[in-house]
Amino acid sequence: MKTVSSLLDQEWYERYKRISKLNIRSSIYDVTNQCNLRCKGCFFFSSDEHKVAAEEMDVKKWEAFIEREKERGVNLAILIGGEPTLHLDRVEAFYKRLPTFCATNGLIKIPRDRFPDMMLGISLWGDEEDEKILRGKDTFSISSKNYEGDPNVYYLYTLTPKQIGKIERIIRKISGVGLKVHMQLLSNDEGVDGFNWKPEQLNALRVEMDKMLDKYPDTVISSKYYHKIITTGKMFERTFGWNECPSVTQPLDKRNPRPKRLIEFIRWASDLKTMHRCCTSETRDCSICKDGAAHMSWVMVNKREHIRTSKDIQNWIEVYEMFAKLYQFIPW
Amino acid sequence: MSIESSVDEIILRVAQIMIQELKLEDVTPETFDPEIDLIDEVGIDSMDLATVALVLQDEYAIRIDEDDYPKLSNIRFISEYVDNKLKDRS
Ligand code: SF4
Ligand code: SF4
Repeated sequence: MKTVSSLLDQEWYERYKRISKLNIRSSIYDVTNQCNLRCKGCFFFSSDEHKVAAEEMDVKKWEAFIEREKERGVNLAILIGGEPTLHLDRVEAFYKRLPTFCATNGLIKIPRDRFPDMMLGISLWGDEEDEKILRGKDTFSISSKNYEGDPNVYYLYTLTPKQIGKIERIIRKISGVGLKVHMQLLSNDEGVDGFNWKPEQLNALRVEMDKMLDKYPDTVISSKYYHKIITTGKMFERTFGWNECPSVTQPLDKRNPRPKRLIEFIRWASDLKTMHRCCTSETRDCSICKDGAAHMSWVMVNKREHIRTSKDIQNWIEVYEMFAKLYQFIPW
Repeated sequence: MSIESSVDEIILRVAQIMIQELKLEDVTPETFDPEIDLIDEVGIDSMDLATVALVLQDEYAIRIDEDDYPKLSNIRFISEYVDNKLKDRS
């Protein structure tokens, strides 16, 4: 039987042991159905998820709900929306009870005296031009002022086909304001013209993402194996999609056979009762899904698959470390 | 039956269940080192452990508390845990 230590030198093995017992149990929460932007291709609005449940307004009910989530074993709350910062009382209810990550468009500055070390991921959809087409405004000019130099903030840079060849400029802008960046891919849920991926574009993108990681290792939080997985949708001989996806809400998961999946994962709507199918859009075609967290988790839950060669298990370690850094389980 | 032999039998059965449920390759119940660390060496994760625990619970009609998972780091510890539960019951 192949063992982990037989495939790794001491340094890699120490890295492995640092993460092997983390046992991350995340769930995702729609904090609100509202947003101060309306981005084209935002899965939340394009699939009408903002209409499936009436928002719970009583913060006491949020607090009781979060306590129940904690009892359920959740040890990472990922807050999305809508725009969570429109309801800081709800965000605070999470932050006081659970390790919390908050996704935001960065237009509202969260008060650091209330949330001293909460990790924020600021969405960014490209350069000024793309942002104006897709989001109606250049959000970077605002979010970068709000969070310049904040050690617990990074950009979640959504790459579009139009970004190919232009990524470095954005990375430099982000580095220039003292922040880090994690790259993910647009799934174009609304079919906005010119934003669908073609295979040759995905190949070119992978090369460019690798180059950025080599050139800006202190700014880019990523791994080359992740770039491969997200651009090809392949892991060994397997293909990502509905039959493989680990990010399906557990009580709604009727797949048979059931793939390896996130334990106890649920994505909750803002009424705190309704569950969404998965971490992203209910209506998305799984065969073209580019959801970053789902791809990362796909690697993470398939650890034993990677105990093949030294390179394979090192790839797994790098993806797990990337996730653990992005959600504050280990330092940058 | 001596206590030792009953733990040894459980060890073989736990190894067998693990190999079957987790589709482990290049190992048999007889060659599976009961002292090898399942997480640090075999690469078992908590979901794997939960899968194995479910089968053990059914087979031995015992309850394996999730809070006890950290203690179950090798096949010997799992087998002793099962054995203790069986003794508590009788
Ligand atoms: S900021 Fe986020 S939630 Fe709001 S519309 Fe854009 S993608 Fe959707
Ligand atoms: S849309 Fe993506 S994240 Fe959702 S179930 Fe399909 S593959 Fe998974």
